[in-house]
Amino acid sequence: MALDKDKAISFSPMHRLQWEEAQDKYVILYPEGMVELNQSSAEILKLCDGQRHVNDIVVELEQKFSTSGLADDITQFLEIALQNGWIKQP
Amino acid sequence: MAGSNNLKVTPPRWLLAELSYKCPLQCPYCSNPVDYTQYQDELSTEDWKRVLTQARKMGAVQLGFSGGEPLTRQDLPELVRHARELGYYSNLITSGYGLEEDKIVQLKEAGLDHIQVSIQASTQELNDHLAGTASYQHKQEVARLVKKHGYPMVLCVVIHRENIYQMPQILEMAESLGADYLELANTQYYGWAHLNRDLLLPTREQFEDAEKIAQAFKKKVEGRMKIYYVVPDFYEDRPKACMNGWGTTFLTIAPDGVALPCHSARELPGLDCPNVKDYSVEQIWYESKAFNFFRGFGWMQEPCLSCDEKEKDFGGCRCQAYLMTGDMMRTDPVCSKSPDHAVIDEAIEAARKAALQGTEKPLVFRNSKNSKKLV
Repeated sequence: MALDKDKAISFSPMHRLQWEEAQDKYVILYPEGMVELNQSSAEILKLCDGQRHVNDIVVELEQKFSTSGLADDITQFLEIALQNGWIKQP
Repeated sequence: MAGSNNLKVTPPRWLLAELSYKCPLQCPYCSNPVDYTQYQDELSTEDWKRVLTQARKMGAVQLGFSGGEPLTRQDLPELVRHARELGYYSNLITSGYGLEEDKIVQLKEAGLDHIQVSIQASTQELNDHLAGTASYQHKQEVARLVKKHGYPMVLCVVIHRENIYQMPQILEMAESLGADYLELANTQYYGWAHLNRDLLLPTREQFEDAEKIAQAFKKKVEGRMKIYYVVPDFYEDRPKACMNGWGTTFLTIAPDGVALPCHSARELPGLDCPNVKDYSVEQIWYESKAFNFFRGFGWMQEPCLSCDEKEKDFGGCRCQAYLMTGDMMRTDPVCSKSPDHAVIDEAIEAARKAALQGTEKPLVFRNSKNSKKLV
């Protein structure tokens, strides 16, 4: 399963992305499990809204953090997210 | 005797709400206490809401509604709604018995995140025999309805000697029902399963064959279905890291409000497990004798105390140590370093003999009649 850059990415309806005050971080919740996210992973996943493509996410985060060269890192993370079923593409 | 006071105590993450010990099924490996009929009083709706609120405030986020059969509680939708408002991820752990489509929809609207349906075997005959009630067809239907209404569907099959030969058919069944997760839970020998161990514990050959089949299947369905494989620790060299460490992560509240560091802890002597009717969850978690008892490493005996693996498995399971050696402070006898390890080999041998030669002893099904006899 590889990421398709021409398709929109949405967060999986089988998982829940949630801010946890007690842990001071975002987590992904799913049946009997939880993944704790670092800030950059959470920023990426929050943009997986079923509208944006990989490039949109890269452009948006590079602008937000006034930086460049994020494409590889973001793509790599999204590949992992796809394998884990956290995101999906049509 | 309590654990170290200098320990940094982490808040609970997992709350298991055992809403009721009532259950329409009679599975002979039930993890409820064998004397469950002694604890008839159930918490009120308001008690449960208070407990959910308090635990959530401390940081609990995964919530299991369990039992017995949690559907026997009429206030389940109300509790689910309250849990959703608080931000829990709520799991309904059910036999599926009596679960109709309108209830599945109602619970979804209330904010339930997932339903785990247990099936006892891949054939109607064996399922209904083990469950002690005709439930196979309905369970299959419930599994389909759970999918239909957009829940992640987790199928749970408890594995033991009576159904382990069905492993290929169990896996096929999970695939054809479209399970998103399959929990293959090798029986853990507490409660009723402890009582029936000679009849339930598979032989090593049976276990190894079944595991091979399950591991191959895991590869085949990668990306479509996740498999949770609960290992049968009698055949391991090292004990499980029970509860991820005592009083670190898991909090169980029994139907009558007794707070337990693990759902079998009721069997342990002298813990004086506190009740949520008397104390707040925060007091119970941080201050009670029961929750501090096995925290940290101060309570340990040899060979655990000087073992370089103690931070990995925390000495294993206290309930298993107690059930198998009569002393809850000892090393979990599953560990090959334990001086009591022979009791595990003896249990395996006794079960193997019963498997080969048959036994006069019938399975003791989990029901009120049998429970009252066992008090």
